[in-house]
Amino acid sequence: MQGDMEFASSENPALANYAPAVRQQLFQFVLQLADTSLVLGHRLSEWCGHGPILEQDLAMANIALDLLGETRSLYQYAAELEGQGRTEDDLAYLRSATEYRNPLLVEQPNGDFADTVVRQFLFDNFHYHFLKQLLTNADERLAAIAEKSLKEATYHLKWSSEWIIRLGDGTEESRQRVEKAIAELWRFSGELTMPTALEKELQAAGLIPDYAEIQAGMAAHAEQVLAEATLAVPQQVFMLTGGKDGRHTEHLGYILTELQYMQRTFPGLTW
Amino acid sequence: METLEMTQEEQFQARIDADVRIEPKDWMPDAYRKTLIRQISQHAHSELVGMLPEGNWITRAPSLKRKSILLSKVQDEAGHGLYLYSAAETLGTTRDQMLADLHSGKAKYSSIFNYPTLSWADMGCVGWLVDGAAILNQVPLCRTSYGPYARAMVRVCKEESFHQRQGFEIMQTLCEGAPEQKAMAQEALNRWWWPTLMMFGPKDEDSPNTAQSMNWRIKRFTNDELRQKFVDMMVPQAEFLGLTVPDPLVKWNEARQAYDFGEVNWDEFWAVVKGNGLCNRDRLGARVKAHEEGAWVREAAMAHAAKRAERETAAA
Repeated sequence: MQGDMEFASSENPALANYAPAVRQQLFQFVLQLADTSLVLGHRLSEWCGHGPILEQDLAMANIALDLLGETRSLYQYAAELEGQGRTEDDLAYLRSATEYRNPLLVEQPNGDFADTVVRQFLFDNFHYHFLKQLLTNADERLAAIAEKSLKEATYHLKWSSEWIIRLGDGTEESRQRVEKAIAELWRFSGELTMPTALEKELQAAGLIPDYAEIQAGMAAHAEQVLAEATLAVPQQVFMLTGGKDGRHTEHLGYILTELQYMQRTFPGLTW
Repeated sequence: METLEMTQEEQFQARIDADVRIEPKDWMPDAYRKTLIRQISQHAHSELVGMLPEGNWITRAPSLKRKSILLSKVQDEAGHGLYLYSAAETLGTTRDQMLADLHSGKAKYSSIFNYPTLSWADMGCVGWLVDGAAILNQVPLCRTSYGPYARAMVRVCKEESFHQRQGFEIMQTLCEGAPEQKAMAQEALNRWWWPTLMMFGPKDEDSPNTAQSMNWRIKRFTNDELRQKFVDMMVPQAEFLGLTVPDPLVKWNEARQAYDFGEVNWDEFWAVVKGNGLCNRDRLGARVKAHEEGAWVREAAMAHAAKRAERETAAA
């Protein structure tokens, strides 16, 4: 009896089904998802108080908050998978840039509003389709997180798609700016669905969605939105990768310097 | 004509005296309208500019939980700005006009936001003291005579009291933490105490608009009355936290049943009001920059909406 209680309080019984090696892989993958939401949420939060109009300041803060909420659920689950007693804050604040596993897209700077909208659109289009697949995922905890986040991601994709259309089919200036942002950021979109070695293994084991299955839906949505925005879908783009394996652009270091400032300056305290 | 005007004015004052709310379509004296536009827009601008000193720490918040709470709080302030601009618009002005007045320096915002936020404990002090002072100013406004303003304030006050609690909770966590955290809390209190006392405005004898605003029931308490209430509320809270209010003259006065306290540095108050605080230029500069850099976005949204409306008309 005593033993059972200890087991229940320290360990999620469902996790016992995973072999240690698989569990380690799943930990790495959940960390990757958490890093992704955190870095993008952080970037969006940089807009707070500086948006082009109050309503959009609110909208971007809202999306950032949703992403931070998702981040916390994911880090909490990652900490459980790891089982080494680390907390969500340890994972966010005490890992270096090369340990971060977010794709390159989300660490790119806010730029102007067009850059932010394009970055958001490319991510939302992936996030939405990915979460939909994750709903029927073999891992129940990830499916539960996906269920909550999908409602939010549906709204995010609607927001960024509508802005792509407004900017593309708005004024001459907005069109030029959004075209420039697309030319700049499209090269980071491929990494989202290009599986890493880790992802391939987890996909083969049926533990995470196969990106091949969501690519058609993503492409169809992008084509439809860009057509409505009277914009061309970029062709033959050389796709940059590396973030999901810890090889980042230089931007991430500065994000983490700011993000981790308090925890690094005052180690081990409670805030 | 003159007699009719007098009658309207008398009727208006009779409604105010009977605590009947004034609504947008009701007749009101021009001076009442102007005072309200000035006050409500100033309040809206304060919410907008007030996003900056706290927004400054969102990217550096010490935990994921604190980061979410802070972002959500600053977002609430944007929401308050929206309700208040809408309330002011019912008086016949526009948000564009109000923003133009803010950017040109014609309209004011609360001077407290011209002080810098230098440590994490400042997030505690801004919530605990600044929002605490704002609540004392604002709770009576839920009963102010102009209906749309009063209704907006009911929503604002509900959220502000949550903000104040979270600020206090940040302070409490610091004060119960390591010595360097407690020192951080005390240092922040030392910087924020006097500026928050200034938030209630000049002394009653130097506040020429107070009497008329009280008569119109836009205002319900004088500046000095509210300042006293604030000191009476905060001194025991600081004691509970184990912090010392940076005023050697603070002392309980048994006869008055209130705390005595020292004199605010009014030279500093006027200097900051006139634009010479540490952050006046940065705050206004950040607002002007956001507005100017956002112009093409707003134009694009308008142009797209117009194109869409045109297509829908053509299709119909």
